[in-house]
Amino acid sequence: MNLEILLFSVFALVSAVSAVMTITRKTPVISAIFLILNFFSLAGLYLLLNAQFIAVVQVIVYAGAIMVLFLFVIMLLNSAAESKIFSDNRVIQYFAVFIAVFVFAQLAYLIFFQHPGEVINPQLAESIKAGTIENIGRQLYTEYLIPFEIAGFLLLAATIGAMVIAKKKFE
Amino acid sequence: MDIWSIVIETSIKIFVVVNVLLLTVSYSVYFERKISAWAQNRIGPNRVGWLGLLQPFADVFKLLLKEDIVPDKSNKAIHALAPFLALFVAFSTYAVIPIGPEMTLFGYTFSLVVADVGIGILYVLAMTSLGVYAITFAGWSSGSKYSLLGGIRSAAQMISYEVSMGFSIAGVIMFSESLNMNVIVQSQAGWMWNAILQPIGFITFVVAAFAETNRMPFDLPEAEPELVGGYHTEYSSMKFAGFFLAEYANMAIASALIVTLYLGGWQNPLVDIFGITGITATLMQIGAFLVKVLALLFFFIWVRWSLPRFRYDQLMDLGWKVMFPLSLINIVWVAALIMIFNL
Repeated sequence: MNLEILLFSVFALVSAVSAVMTITRKTPVISAIFLILNFFSLAGLYLLLNAQFIAVVQVIVYAGAIMVLFLFVIMLLNSAAESKIFSDNRVIQYFAVFIAVFVFAQLAYLIFFQHPGEVINPQLAESIKAGTIENIGRQLYTEYLIPFEIAGFLLLAATIGAMVIAKKKFE
Repeated sequence: MDIWSIVIETSIKIFVVVNVLLLTVSYSVYFERKISAWAQNRIGPNRVGWLGLLQPFADVFKLLLKEDIVPDKSNKAIHALAPFLALFVAFSTYAVIPIGPEMTLFGYTFSLVVADVGIGILYVLAMTSLGVYAITFAGWSSGSKYSLLGGIRSAAQMISYEVSMGFSIAGVIMFSESLNMNVIVQSQAGWMWNAILQPIGFITFVVAAFAETNRMPFDLPEAEPELVGGYHTEYSSMKFAGFFLAEYANMAIASALIVTLYLGGWQNPLVDIFGITGITATLMQIGAFLVKVLALLFFFIWVRWSLPRFRYDQLMDLGWKVMFPLSLINIVWVAALIMIFNL
């Protein structure tokens, strides 16, 4: 039995099931917990693709930081009216189903007819090296330096903006 | 090496590490009680076994036999999950901490670390950031306001101190030029300990470690006078013991991390001075690691019984207005050292 295929099936199954559970649970906290599980199994899938750095960053940033803030907000909100957040509007429900089918069709087309994995990484040896932190760091600070700096600047601006807004509210 | 020998080797390492850690944890509970008794002019546990040395086992049996009370309004599944998550996070962090250099036994060479991965230190950060969930889940699922307050306090505290922790670690990485824990230890050879080279980073990291482990003076998530017991108010029996064990396991791991990142890990100055080689050197290096970890564990306990608890606003002020800028200054300091001395 190939260990990699076994691990892949476990992670893929867990991520698919937890994704479905995230959108079907009625309690927001439970949904958030399944979303965390989903992020985790995705990190496992990244590890199988030799993208160590992305896998760990996925856990640190998404599961470790963003979801903590999500949970924080959900827990502080009043949980009595949780079931009322679902809309009774039929039109919106049909629209949601339509969008879901549309996105699924797009992804299915890309995977089955465009063969994305083969197009991007023709050489296996090169693709294995791409995920290590040394390579990502070198790429970020040489070829992608300007986009990287701009992204950092945007984040700084957003942080200062958040502080200004919060300060106004308290004064 | 084929896949099965790796699996067997790793399983043996996990077995050893988990058991040694469990023993350390149960005896650090004993020493906490003994040292607190000594600090408060009492005797401490002395009934079970010689000097009370069997007390940890008596405690575990007592807790196992107690009734497990689950509150009526709790979310049962999450309530049961939380203590095990706390233990899982605490123990799995230990996978990347090296307790010694490579060792050759009966002609078979192996490294004294469960997983010698290239992203070791990021793995530690990822695992500690998950530790928040155990406490938050416990607080939320109990359906009690004291638990919820404790859980929310803990989440806010751990997020705040993770920032200065991450920035202090950046200083360490700049010296070692690697995220691998073994390389970080090797970069501190010959008294080039990070604690000596970057004292500011060392202090911010130690303070952050205290905050991350919810230890005095940062134990607001379980502040007894205000929150009864904080996030574990509604836990009893072995589930309570799970949180209790996780707290001490986190303490042991924080000590091991401080040793690895700042105090030279398994580097033993005596080995270099006397030029010892072979198996004796390896054993001395493992011994040095254990001595350093135990000294830090004593430091953790000592601080708990010497300092009063912070107020919540003082905790946040310290985290964001003192520790965070200090850890940034540390990065500039390290960069200047590297520039001037070409380290």
